[in-house]
Amino acid sequence: MEKRVVFRSAWLPYALLAPQIAITIVFFFWPAVQAVWFAFQLQDAFGLHTEFVGLQNFEALFADEHYLGSFRTTAVFSVLVAFSGIAISLLLATMADRVLRGALAYKTLLIWPYAVAPAIAGVLWAFMFAPSIGIVTYVLKGMGVDWNWIIQGDQAMLLVVMASVWKQISYNFLFFLAGLQSIPKSLIEAAAIDGAGPARRFWTIVFPLLSPTTFFLLVVNIVYAFFDTFGVIDATTQGGPAQATQILVYKVYYDGVKAADLGGSSAQSVILMFIVITLTVIQFRFVERKVQY
Amino acid sequence: MVENRPWLTLFTHAVLLLGVAAVAFPLYVTFVASTLRLEEIMSVPMPLVPGDQFLANYSQVLAAGGTTGSKAPVSTMLFNSTVMALAIAIGKITISIIASFAIVYFRFPLRNFFFWMIFITLMLPVEVRIIPTFKVVSDLGMLNTYAGLTVPLIASATATFLFRQFFMTVPDELAEAARVDGAGPMRFFRDVLLPLSKTSIAALFVIQFIYGWNQYLWPLLITSEESMYTAVIGISRMLVGGDAANEWNLIMATAILAMLPPALVVVLMQKWFVKGLVETEK
Repeated sequence: MEKRVVFRSAWLPYALLAPQIAITIVFFFWPAVQAVWFAFQLQDAFGLHTEFVGLQNFEALFADEHYLGSFRTTAVFSVLVAFSGIAISLLLATMADRVLRGALAYKTLLIWPYAVAPAIAGVLWAFMFAPSIGIVTYVLKGMGVDWNWIIQGDQAMLLVVMASVWKQISYNFLFFLAGLQSIPKSLIEAAAIDGAGPARRFWTIVFPLLSPTTFFLLVVNIVYAFFDTFGVIDATTQGGPAQATQILVYKVYYDGVKAADLGGSSAQSVILMFIVITLTVIQFRFVERKVQY
Repeated sequence: MVENRPWLTLFTHAVLLLGVAAVAFPLYVTFVASTLRLEEIMSVPMPLVPGDQFLANYSQVLAAGGTTGSKAPVSTMLFNSTVMALAIAIGKITISIIASFAIVYFRFPLRNFFFWMIFITLMLPVEVRIIPTFKVVSDLGMLNTYAGLTVPLIASATATFLFRQFFMTVPDELAEAARVDGAGPMRFFRDVLLPLSKTSIAALFVIQFIYGWNQYLWPLLITSEESMYTAVIGISRMLVGGDAANEWNLIMATAILAMLPPALVVVLMQKWFVKGLVETEK
């Protein structure tokens, strides 16, 4: 799509683009190129000497059991966050779409967690589930559950998944609600007249028509679980216990900032970049398809 | 609604109330904890009705922060968060609106090249270029400054796309009329395009304000002085030890204070917020 009417100026468009392009080059492209460059280098412990080592950093990574473990952790974590987040929000949005009374009140009460920072969401949930003083821990102990996420990896994973889903529900909810409201009521009415009950109508009409929204949210939620949940994890488990919640982004941060392993961390950054590029391409292909409808 | 099914309506309300309760419970516990004495929280189980320490706890954190761990006053942190959120929101909107104006309303060499340069930034979130970006900021001497906190985050492909999409829907006749009347490009931008973009600007402002307020990894990396902490960082710095060693009442008061401004923005500007979210699609 192009504009037919345009203005003419030899310098003005460049001046208008300059701030954005300058920031993009200095803070996006230059660091990204450096990340790729560092990924092929090995630095000694004091940062005095670096040498070019080719693919050695990558080979070391894929031979590293911790790194492969971090891949598995990330996969489990993002699948859990994406699927439970989408399922819960779809249920709530379907219900909110049905109600006549109090719709705005429900909506307002469901969307505010969007405003909560991931790190704060982590702190809130860590507090409720704190092994010695948490209010939920108290209830769980009463039911005979041995709850201590500081020691038990599965429970730590469950905690960060719950905090991450809680924060993301509002986002999914709003998109599902918008999707539901754009479905023509005549379709639903026709099905009702033909004798289809609410459950049947949902699965044969509403759910298929929502599939573009669902797919979009699936990609967004996976991206969210990959990157934005850094705050949740850093404020609660810090990747522990024994790397049980160390997702890829956390490992990049840990190896680069805390363990000062520049080459290894940069190689991980490069791998992450490939993952983001793949996800973005999938997302945009989908958006293009939607435009053609 | 298509038909009247009282039981289903009852079920609907039950599910929604359960959802609202599940979403609100952590907030309620946080608020209650922020009004208690530390000993009351430590005595398992903690009470579930607010205590009488509301004023004491909140004035303590606002004026002087925690008593162990980080001692930075939360009022300073809230100020830093506000500066960061406003600078990111306003900065992003400003540079993206002029960039998309250039891309949509001008033909010039390298136009597509610049457009793709902006597009590719979508694929480079801070998280994948942590250390090199930190190095650049450090080399520029921008550690522990407001510029370091905000400038690297204000280039945004999503905002540029949003404005580009919007400008595409503006009728060509308006630009034509402006040209016939002898208005230059900047005059057209100021008197025609900006007033038309008000809605998009408001929507984007809400989203970007929340984005800026809730930043975590970036301020964590580049602020080492307590006077530069943002509220979100301040909370994580107050978590000093195991769950028995933390001053939970003060941490929870800080958490409430840190959540309040963005939550108010979402609730009070709900209409713009929903529009901004659904339109930027990310």
